[in-house]
Amino acid sequence: MSDLVTPISLRKTSLNTVHRSHKAKMVDFGGWDMPVQYSGLIDEHMAVRERVGVFDVSHMGDIQLRGPNSLAAVQKLLMNDASKLQVGQAHYSAMLYENGTFVDDVVLHKLGENDYLIVINAGTREKDVQWVRKVLGGMSGVHVTDVSDYYTQLAIQGPKAKATLQKLTGVDLAPIKNYWFTWGTVCGCHNTLIARTGYTGEDGFEIYVPSDEPTSSRVWAEVLAAGEEFGILPCGLGARNTLRLESAMALYGHEISDSINVFEANLGRYCKLDKGVDFVGRAALQAVQDAGGPERKLVGLEMIERGIGRDGYPVLALNGERIGEVTSGSPGPFIKKNIALAYVPVAYAALDTEVAVEVRGQPVKAKVVPTPFYKRPKKTQNVAELHVVVS
Amino acid sequence: MAYPEKYMYTKEHEWLLVDGENGTVGITDYAQSSLGDIVFVELPKVGQQIEAGSTFGSVESVKAVSDLYAPVTGVVTEINESLNAKPETINEAANDTWIIKVTLTNTDEVNGLLSAADYEKFVSEETGH
Repeated sequence: MSDLVTPISLRKTSLNTVHRSHKAKMVDFGGWDMPVQYSGLIDEHMAVRERVGVFDVSHMGDIQLRGPNSLAAVQKLLMNDASKLQVGQAHYSAMLYENGTFVDDVVLHKLGENDYLIVINAGTREKDVQWVRKVLGGMSGVHVTDVSDYYTQLAIQGPKAKATLQKLTGVDLAPIKNYWFTWGTVCGCHNTLIARTGYTGEDGFEIYVPSDEPTSSRVWAEVLAAGEEFGILPCGLGARNTLRLESAMALYGHEISDSINVFEANLGRYCKLDKGVDFVGRAALQAVQDAGGPERKLVGLEMIERGIGRDGYPVLALNGERIGEVTSGSPGPFIKKNIALAYVPVAYAALDTEVAVEVRGQPVKAKVVPTPFYKRPKKTQNVAELHVVVS
Repeated sequence: MAYPEKYMYTKEHEWLLVDGENGTVGITDYAQSSLGDIVFVELPKVGQQIEAGSTFGSVESVKAVSDLYAPVTGVVTEINESLNAKPETINEAANDTWIIKVTLTNTDEVNGLLSAADYEKFVSEETGH
């Protein structure tokens, strides 16, 4: 039974005992004892693409900013334009250093007028909270609270995510648009934040329920029971990583870090230099733009020859010259291709450019392909409903 | 029985079946389970010289790459080419899925390998349960 015990040095979510008792394979992820897989990474990945999967993402952090100056605070702290958000809406954004590189990428939620929730990464929690306090230090009219430990955050993802969650709440989920959220009773928990967000490239929801162990494990079990008829699987961080990689979503410490700027990472569309607030990192990014853009860029690679490019493997020009590095690489279980994200000089960033990835000393050919590698199919009309109308 | 008694084992999680000077090599059930879904096996060439304790290929799962270590010194006589198309066979039946066959140079080397019971003990010590 010793595998039910977490090493003391690692932090755990309220579902740790549930994961361990269900024989999930556990790993140290950024100081957290987290499930990397349950039944198998590929099965879990396919469940999310074709049916539905549920992830414990309670290790993610949450910072709440409240008060009459909270919008001003958010605008100074984050690169996207929060003045465009309506109550109940969220968007992707990032906290930057003065030089335009990343403190972290975040999802900002506008909970109410003068009330914002920033969802941050697990591995950067303390750093992020300190950074927020430092940037906003001395600003009046804004109250910063680290609410990370208040919530158990579950991600229910896949084409059957809505049908699964709908069984557990009276809130009509259909009208909630992508990157919008609402509140409602879920599994008997009142005022639960229900957001149509995720990190898999599928339709799905993230719910924030009270983090006490009894509630957390009850909600986890109810989600699994509700999804049973759709073939739901509990999923680990392994599938979460391959799902986000197929969808070409950035992961902190890989595609984004304190040595990579916004334009290099192709995230300029979320960076509003002209929003009218001199946010941290703006001047440096303006200078990059004025100088004609970045010298290197993040590209998607598909391996042409046999071999798998992995995180940290060198990228070579066809003449053997080292030109860059893979930031994330793996087989794509759904698209059934070996894919990678990598930084290369802009001269090598055009689509169809052939390069090589050095796989344990051997150059293996790859080419630059469009990202995301996987895009979910456009919603088609339900055939059953169509029949009803016709007959 | 997760670890058949007819095999000898390495601390790098290969199994070896010895018949005279002929050896057959695979990876253990513990190895496949730790790796998860295997998607790629890098095989040596027939005729290649391998040396006990050195790498002769690799096994890749979705998440990780793991080198294959030669349990003994010898020459590769056969490679399991069906693994190119169906590497997941190792997950399905690690004990029954061979990777290479070798002619042993020095059969005494086998004495330095672990028995099934010793390997099982080694694994339980390594994983702490």
